[in-house]
Amino acid sequence: MPEGSQGFLKRERLQDLFDLLVRFGFEPVGPRVQDGIIVYAPLSGPEDLPWGVRDLQDPGSYRIEPDLGERNFSWANGPQALKPFLFAPRDTLWESRRDISGPLSFSPLSPPNRRLAVIGVRSCDLAALSLQDRHFLKGPFPDPFYKARRQDLLLIAVDCSHPARTCFCASTGDGPEARSGFDLALGELDEGFLVRPGSDLGRTLLRELSLAPPAPGMEERLTAQTDHAASVQERHLPPGEFRHDLVSRPDHPHWAQIAARCLSCGNCTAVCPTCFCFSEREEPALDGHHSLHVREWDSCFTAGHSYLHPAPLREDTRVRYRQWLTHKLGTWHDQYGRSGCVGCGRCLTWCPVGIDFTDDLPRLLEDPDGG
Amino acid sequence: MEADPHLPRSAVIRERIQESPTVFTLRVQMEEGSPRPFRFSPGQFNMIGVFGVGEIPLSIVSDPLDVDFFDHTVRVLGRVTQAMSRLVPGDRLSVRGPFGNGWPMDEKRGRDIVLISGGLGCAPLVSVVNYVLRRRGDFGTLTVLHGVKNPGDLFWKDRFDRLNEGEGTRAFLTSDTGGPGWEGSVGPVTDLIPHLPLTPRTSAKICGPEPMMIATIKMLVERGIPEDELWISMERNMQCATGFCGHCQLGELFICQSGPVFRYSDMKTRLGIRGL
Amino acid sequence: MTTSRKPRIAVVKLASCDGCQLAFLGLGEKLLELASQVEIVHFAEAGPLGALTDLDITFIEGSVSTREDQDTVHSVRRQSRFLVTIGACATSGGIQALRNLSAGNLLSSVYPSPEYVDFLAHSTPVSSEVGVDLELWGCPVNGTQILTAIASLLFGAAPAAERDKVCLECKRRQIPCVMVAKGIPCLGPVTLTGCGALCPSFDRGCYGCYGPSENPETPSLARRFAGLGLLPDDIARRFLFVNSQAPAFLAEGRRWTKEDRHE
Repeated sequence: MPEGSQGFLKRERLQDLFDLLVRFGFEPVGPRVQDGIIVYAPLSGPEDLPWGVRDLQDPGSYRIEPDLGERNFSWANGPQALKPFLFAPRDTLWESRRDISGPLSFSPLSPPNRRLAVIGVRSCDLAALSLQDRHFLKGPFPDPFYKARRQDLLLIAVDCSHPARTCFCASTGDGPEARSGFDLALGELDEGFLVRPGSDLGRTLLRELSLAPPAPGMEERLTAQTDHAASVQERHLPPGEFRHDLVSRPDHPHWAQIAARCLSCGNCTAVCPTCFCFSEREEPALDGHHSLHVREWDSCFTAGHSYLHPAPLREDTRVRYRQWLTHKLGTWHDQYGRSGCVGCGRCLTWCPVGIDFTDDLPRLLEDPDGG
Repeated sequence: MEADPHLPRSAVIRERIQESPTVFTLRVQMEEGSPRPFRFSPGQFNMIGVFGVGEIPLSIVSDPLDVDFFDHTVRVLGRVTQAMSRLVPGDRLSVRGPFGNGWPMDEKRGRDIVLISGGLGCAPLVSVVNYVLRRRGDFGTLTVLHGVKNPGDLFWKDRFDRLNEGEGTRAFLTSDTGGPGWEGSVGPVTDLIPHLPLTPRTSAKICGPEPMMIATIKMLVERGIPEDELWISMERNMQCATGFCGHCQLGELFICQSGPVFRYSDMKTRLGIRGL
Repeated sequence: MTTSRKPRIAVVKLASCDGCQLAFLGLGEKLLELASQVEIVHFAEAGPLGALTDLDITFIEGSVSTREDQDTVHSVRRQSRFLVTIGACATSGGIQALRNLSAGNLLSSVYPSPEYVDFLAHSTPVSSEVGVDLELWGCPVNGTQILTAIASLLFGAAPAAERDKVCLECKRRQIPCVMVAKGIPCLGPVTLTGCGALCPSFDRGCYGCYGPSENPETPSLARRFAGLGLLPDDIARRFLFVNSQAPAFLAEGRRWTKEDRHE
């Protein structure tokens, strides 16, 4: 097999991939069925992966069910994937100490040293990762927790073959095929995986696997499958440049229409792979000498997010929802050079009342004055 | 090497001055042996923490030339400021900072400086007063318009009085409600603007609630001050102060990094929109 | 609280099941650590029954259900620097406040000799009688939350009030959403956090024992419950339960109650 090109990994040889990752000092994590959903968690081997499982996703609803066949990745993303591994839901940033007299002392804490190999990363999440990198790794003082976790991360992507009804990555240009930002990428066929490298480490791993070249027709079948995965997507963003219209009409009446449905619960922001907000607080010990400074995922849907004494600046659901969507689809462009939406559809599926912003967006873009 | 903005340093309270029943000033010194002197420019802020309670952003009101200490003036509003109000000289605070961009001072040398503040928001401008007085020859006239809600909310009256005794410095005070003993005007701070002496060299800095800033700017523009010469200080919730936590998001900006001071012309489309 | 003596703490009981005291007791070793920092003056379930005077922090469990409760609340308030209600009863009237919603003669349907029972027509929260400095919700309250409140007070600061919704905590713990993934009705989107999303972590819907969150969008959630197949009376019962008297839950419950539906 020529250097840098694709190899074919028979499904029965998945164990070899796991063994290789462990041999290179990585802890494999990836998709597994848990409590009725597909989550990303530590994997002891291929047996922990989903086998013959598919998902049914709609706004406000997620179910999995058995699928004909033996594929491992015949489903679209569940509620989380990469984000919690890098931007953890909760971190203790530092510990403060106070003695009877004398200075306070502060010890920086750091995340546990884990070398994770994430198996099954989808292209939407690679795009989101690149945005989170731009956010957390910017400037002379990048976020130390994100940076530490990011350094040792090995990414094994999978081309999406079974988008959910909530997916629209083809419309945002972020999928369904994994194009960059991975070490290895897998294209799943019924009989196994086409494996291609995306980094030096990936090339080394691929060499170690010593795979046979793909059989004739395999690459064509994968291309056709990926094309199909793009063409079956039902949802899409409005065509063309719409961010100015979205941002420049803060009093558009349709914001109130959405607010009448929105719970302001923040689930969309928690599952969004690009949302980065966190709050910080102190957790003092009872002894009066120690205190922990903790950060946790926050959301622009909370009162605490915009709180300025004596009240939150964004006091109701209408302006909170507006803040989220205009940032995500509008001002994000000016801040990070592209939209903050990667088309993963999580905010549709995991909204308890099934708000589908791809449905609301055209109405938000209609001229409220009818012009 | 800049200090790590992600980890606080210990500082000791050297002095505590009660400015009014609810406002106090803390003079703070970095701990001996702290890696470097504390450098900042007027308008910048620190994240100041009370041990075991939490951190809040506070504007630095003292002058950058005083490298041995810095002052924060605090109004008791929430749980952190309440806890802070009980601290006494010798007690410790945690300090991260300074953060933000500060007022443009160097490029305004030779200008006539107008400062307009309302509500609780005068702390970021007090640093400018101190700065100009300390470098009197570098600037033209200094005029302060300061509005409070009630006469009891006024503090630093002696400092304002001193401005009226100095050469080329004036202070005009107003209160929304009058009262016995109140010597200033009665009414909103915008009532003072028609009488404000303006010159082609005037540069104005404004700080206060957004409606007050909008009304003030409108009148100043009508009186011929170019939008480029109007500067404002914005306020949002801040937690990390390093551009990560997202609380101070305003459009595509993080106030803690791009602000808190902005040229009005860069901010005009964002002011006055509820919940932005 | 910079006095040289140890802060004096009391746990006072009104009309309640004692569950919140037990949640406090359930802290185990942490409680022993607390005992070394403070003087526990009065705490019936733990033993001490000292006089309720000169108290630094008082926790009240239970609702105001009798005249005696009313007297206790007023006298305890006078003697306490910082008064904290613990649990749904003390904070919103509790499960016994369901009698506030009943028009009929509830008493005689329960007790054979109702003339011996002397209680007020309504069960009400402590805050209906006196000012309260902090409200900790839950049925029962979360013991760790009590400790956090005490730790904050020992540091000289008012405890930070929880404002977020259960959903956010559920997502932080990466618990699968029971409503989206299983169709189980869940009050998490309108309920204050503090429990650590306990029920969803056991595959159950939140039943709102921490009371309404900030900005509770109950109408939208109730419509979702209807979409999941709940009948109006069932929707009403979800809101009119442990915290039936919390205004947001009361209003939503009434909207779905038969006699109020066609007002």
